Amino acid sequence: MARAVTQQRKAVNTLVAWAIGVLIFFPILWTILTSFKTEAQAIADPPLFLFFDWTLENYSVVQERSDYMRFLWNSVIIAGCSTLLGIVIAVPAAWSMAFVPSKRTKDILLWMLSTKMLPAVGVLYPIYLLFIQFKLLDTRIGLVLVLMLINLPIIVWMLYTYFKEIPGEILEAARMDGATLRDEILYVLTPMALPGIASTVLLNVILAWNEAFWTLNLTAAKAGPLTAFIASYSSPEGLFYAKLSAASTMAIAPILILGWFSQKQLVRGLTFGAVK
Amino acid sequence: MATQHSRSAARLMMAPAVILLLGWMLIPLTMTLWFSFRKFLPLRGGDLGWVGFDNYTRFVSSSSFWPSVQATLLIVGGVLVITVVLGVLLALLLDQPMWGQGVVRILVIAPFFVMPTVSALVWKNMFMDPVNGLLAHLWKAFGAAPIEWLSQASLTSIVIIVSWQWLPFATLILLTAIQSLDSEQLEAAEMDGAPVLKRFWFIILPHLSRAITVVILIQTIFLLSIFAEIFVTTQGSFGTKTLTYLIFQRVLESQNVGLGSAGGVYAIILANIVALFLMRIVGRNLDA
Repeated sequence: MARAVTQQRKAVNTLVAWAIGVLIFFPILWTILTSFKTEAQAIADPPLFLFFDWTLENYSVVQERSDYMRFLWNSVIIAGCSTLLGIVIAVPAAWSMAFVPSKRTKDILLWMLSTKMLPAVGVLYPIYLLFIQFKLLDTRIGLVLVLMLINLPIIVWMLYTYFKEIPGEILEAARMDGATLRDEILYVLTPMALPGIASTVLLNVILAWNEAFWTLNLTAAKAGPLTAFIASYSSPEGLFYAKLSAASTMAIAPILILGWFSQKQLVRGLTFGAVK
Repeated sequence: MATQHSRSAARLMMAPAVILLLGWMLIPLTMTLWFSFRKFLPLRGGDLGWVGFDNYTRFVSSSSFWPSVQATLLIVGGVLVITVVLGVLLALLLDQPMWGQGVVRILVIAPFFVMPTVSALVWKNMFMDPVNGLLAHLWKAFGAAPIEWLSQASLTSIVIIVSWQWLPFATLILLTAIQSLDSEQLEAAEMDGAPVLKRFWFIILPHLSRAITVVILIQTIFLLSIFAEIFVTTQGSFGTKTLTYLIFQRVLESQNVGLGSAGGVYAIILANIVALFLMRIVGRNLDA
């Protein structure tokens, strides 16, 4: 029996929830609005909300002045490659743990998770030293490797939980029908595993894009991604709110959009299956 | 019906991931342990030899150690209380029938996807700036003197910024947990005349207890190592130097690697204690 909900109560819920939602979203909204103002309007007293002369000037200034494209490109390469590399290494591992489990599978999974809990600052100097030794400091390849390693446990875990949901009987049925191992992987498993792999890619691109410990400590001018680009605004010169806003908007927009598609995966990926 | 053959194939498929993570864990960890027992000043003489537990005792007896423990506890504790309490309330609200639920959910979750350097700088400049920040305008509108957030109320400011980033995470997970609650039980309680507060206390909260534990443990692990939020706002001044930030300064800024490494070992032990509890819950769930 469904509970009868009065329209009135629904209206109150809607009003309260929207008010809170807008309040929480407000800093992002304010940043986006400010990015379309002139610097003078950005610090106007009283603050201007919607009625100002909208301008795209900040966006072009940021792009010209600070080589925005290079940072963006670094972010894309680092987030993309570290995720892809992680997937290539994690798929076989998760696959074998899900379909050929042994007594130690659980221990291995938990141990992998435990490497994720290692506080980065505890190994900062060794990594820094190794980076100097192997000439990886301020290179994209170095960051790709580190971000791949810190996200590998999450990738293995997510893939494992997705693969676990594929029923083993389907594989047996395919085998009975005379499918070879190649057919089995290509035509039976892959189509069923693809959505899970896609979700894993999505969440890990987001995590890598926003990572801000190693990217700040291991890069300088050459390989810095957007996290480092934004951090360079922490010591401002003159009026800069509108430009900071434009730069910020450009840095978060792609991930905000990706993120909205990945709400469900977020729960799975970050709680390691502990909340369903 | 795994054969011997498929078993060894499985081991082979697992090998790259296992070997990489083993290396990632063991090599730097061994180096940190090694450095922690040595006087190592890369810019002032290099490796000056074995000093036993000297770095460990010096790290905890330095004047900045206890303040950093205090700052860490206040930030982690403050953010946990705010995100869990508001997260439960928000999850309950979002679970109610309403128009445009999907959109509200997107609005609430959005801060989680903002990179830490952006959220810290936006809050620092556009909200907490004592002259041009929106909060200053708000304070003035009510006739109060604007607060210099990041110097006068530095810890509160960091807690606000970090809570804003993590509230979506707590809300989303608690919402997922609430939605798995059997609604018939609630309806039965409602028909029996149980008031709202009692229903919350005796049915909803016990059901959420495990999700809340998971949120607390996962957030603690991430919050213990927040870095960018402090790096771009106060740089550790005004009492916001957390344990993580203190170690960072020892290692990279003052290049006292031995001392910093000893601190790193403390941080690793601390994180492992929290991780142990989390693993137990996750492991129990794996069997189920």
